[in-house]
Amino acid sequence: MIAQQIFNGLALGMGYALIAVGYSLVFGILRLVNFSHGSVYAFGAQMAMVFIGLRFGVVPGLIASMVLTGVLGVAIDKLALEPLRKKKSIPIASLITTIGISNIVTNLLIVAFGSEKRAFPPLFDFGTLKIGKIIVSSTQIGMCVVSLILMLLLVGIVFYTKIGLAMRAAEQNPKAANLMGINVNFVISFTFFLSGISASIAGSLVGSYYQIVYPNMGFMAGLKAFAAAVLGGIGSLPGAIIGGLIVGVSESMAATVLGSTYRDSMAFIILIIVLIVRPNGLFGKKGITKV
Amino acid sequence: MTNTRMEKHSFLYQFESFISKNQKLLLILLAAFLCLLPKGVNNQYFLTVIVKMAVYAMFGLGLNILTGYTGLVSLGHAGFVAIGAYTASLCAVKLGLSFFPSMLLGMVVAGLVGILLGLPTLRLTGTYLSIVTLGFGEIIKMIAMNWSPVTNGTLGVKNIPKPAVFGMKLTIANHGLYYLVMIILVVCTVFCLVLVKSKTGRALQAIKGDELASVMMGINVTYYKILAFVLSACICAAAGALYATLIGYVDPNTFNFDVSTLILSIVILGGMGTIRGMFLGAAILIALPEVSRFLMVYRFVLYGVILVVMMRFRPQGILGWKSQLPYKLSRQVMEWLKTAETEEAGDNG
Repeated sequence: MIAQQIFNGLALGMGYALIAVGYSLVFGILRLVNFSHGSVYAFGAQMAMVFIGLRFGVVPGLIASMVLTGVLGVAIDKLALEPLRKKKSIPIASLITTIGISNIVTNLLIVAFGSEKRAFPPLFDFGTLKIGKIIVSSTQIGMCVVSLILMLLLVGIVFYTKIGLAMRAAEQNPKAANLMGINVNFVISFTFFLSGISASIAGSLVGSYYQIVYPNMGFMAGLKAFAAAVLGGIGSLPGAIIGGLIVGVSESMAATVLGSTYRDSMAFIILIIVLIVRPNGLFGKKGITKV
Repeated sequence: MTNTRMEKHSFLYQFESFISKNQKLLLILLAAFLCLLPKGVNNQYFLTVIVKMAVYAMFGLGLNILTGYTGLVSLGHAGFVAIGAYTASLCAVKLGLSFFPSMLLGMVVAGLVGILLGLPTLRLTGTYLSIVTLGFGEIIKMIAMNWSPVTNGTLGVKNIPKPAVFGMKLTIANHGLYYLVMIILVVCTVFCLVLVKSKTGRALQAIKGDELASVMMGINVTYYKILAFVLSACICAAAGALYATLIGYVDPNTFNFDVSTLILSIVILGGMGTIRGMFLGAAILIALPEVSRFLMVYRFVLYGVILVVMMRFRPQGILGWKSQLPYKLSRQVMEWLKTAETEEAGDNG
């Protein structure tokens, strides 16, 4: 029973980790909490539903949704956030802007699709596995495998490619990176593209796990994934994965041990405890204040 | 010299000096307008919207102390509102207390929670502090949802009685609730004005400007940050109690993250660190869903568009200008300066 719940939590946690990566990527480079990420995730899930429904097949549908969601991420950056960076406005202005964007995207989704829950086709369907006493559904295996592959891919991009080097440089010092000939604005847009893609994949996976999607699905999932990102140390990729897994497991444990009304807040309770003990999260770098 | 003369001819300077010259007259006019408003428009729907605006302006005033003056961005102020609303309505429903003691109790509880939240968050700065307040808001919601014996769980508290004065029930229909909310709003506003001009207010603004420098100037940063949390929590709790009695029921979802962002949007839209801004911000954001009904489903999109456009073109808020008038020292300080001057003159002579 407990082992089963832990496994369920791990599978769900991989989904959170994928959303959390989107927060981490953007925070690392802009020091900005991107509150629109939850709605981008919902957008990705809706698009996946629409494209898969068009009968091009599952994989082309997912790819189309990924590209479109990535483009949405870039559009958010170019239309709303880049002008703010150029004006060098106060950090809270960007934060409020992302809250506004989240509102726009969610409500446009409601206008387009209605606020009701819609069925999402299962992406992986090859029965269930039984390992000892644990029952594992194919969707859970698919979630874990796809998330792990994607994480490895992201780590590969960030640490072993030229654009990843540029991302890390821009993260450390945007001005110096600019002087070294890095087009920082392009790097930021690329980061938004990556975070949009990971959000879309997370949306499709979680959507197929619960088999429903709806425009407001990004709200709670976004907040929890955000808690996961901070928990692991926002801005660090391994931190996002560990944070996501912790949130997922604690959530499914809380649902069984304490009752389902506790599950939504578990993430925040753990978050506050961690932040009080380690203000920069589990894997976060310590910020140095220069006088 | 030319620079100051230019400023004196600016529209803003003239506007501000006009206001400060005719301050008393304008205040009397405003008071008369507010008193006569319900007599003039005897429309219950309209008055309800006005009262809602006033309550949200109070939320704004509360958060403004923390965010506008002390520079601590809170994303969980719905939590404090919920504490005030729940405490007051539970006292009224279950213990049969009348409105004012219940409201005060709500403020006290919120203040205590403010201390509890303030203490650990002192280790955190910037974004991390906002994140903890966000979590705080969610946890308060969870407590309201799960502490069923007291809060009645997800069903919430229903039939919250209207406040009564000398046995007379104050409702929107007999304009009593309107006057009550306006009086409490005025008290809150005066409190905030006095606070900003006081030593405490200057300390808070110094912390916003530069925390390290304020430590160097001998300001007890810990004390003032917690004080800001407590004052902010108390004002929001009082407004929460009013809100609960206005709408007549509270449930955990009345105070979700959307309310927190709405309060923050009021502060930002009106102008962070100004008191006038809170009224305009609340008026716009509360009126918006009402007046834009013809836009149907698109009106919720409009709310987001306003936030984005505002941040792009006027991030300091609509009324967020810096005062062009010279800073007025308080009477006490002026007298102290005068005596010091005469003493100095006496010493020299």
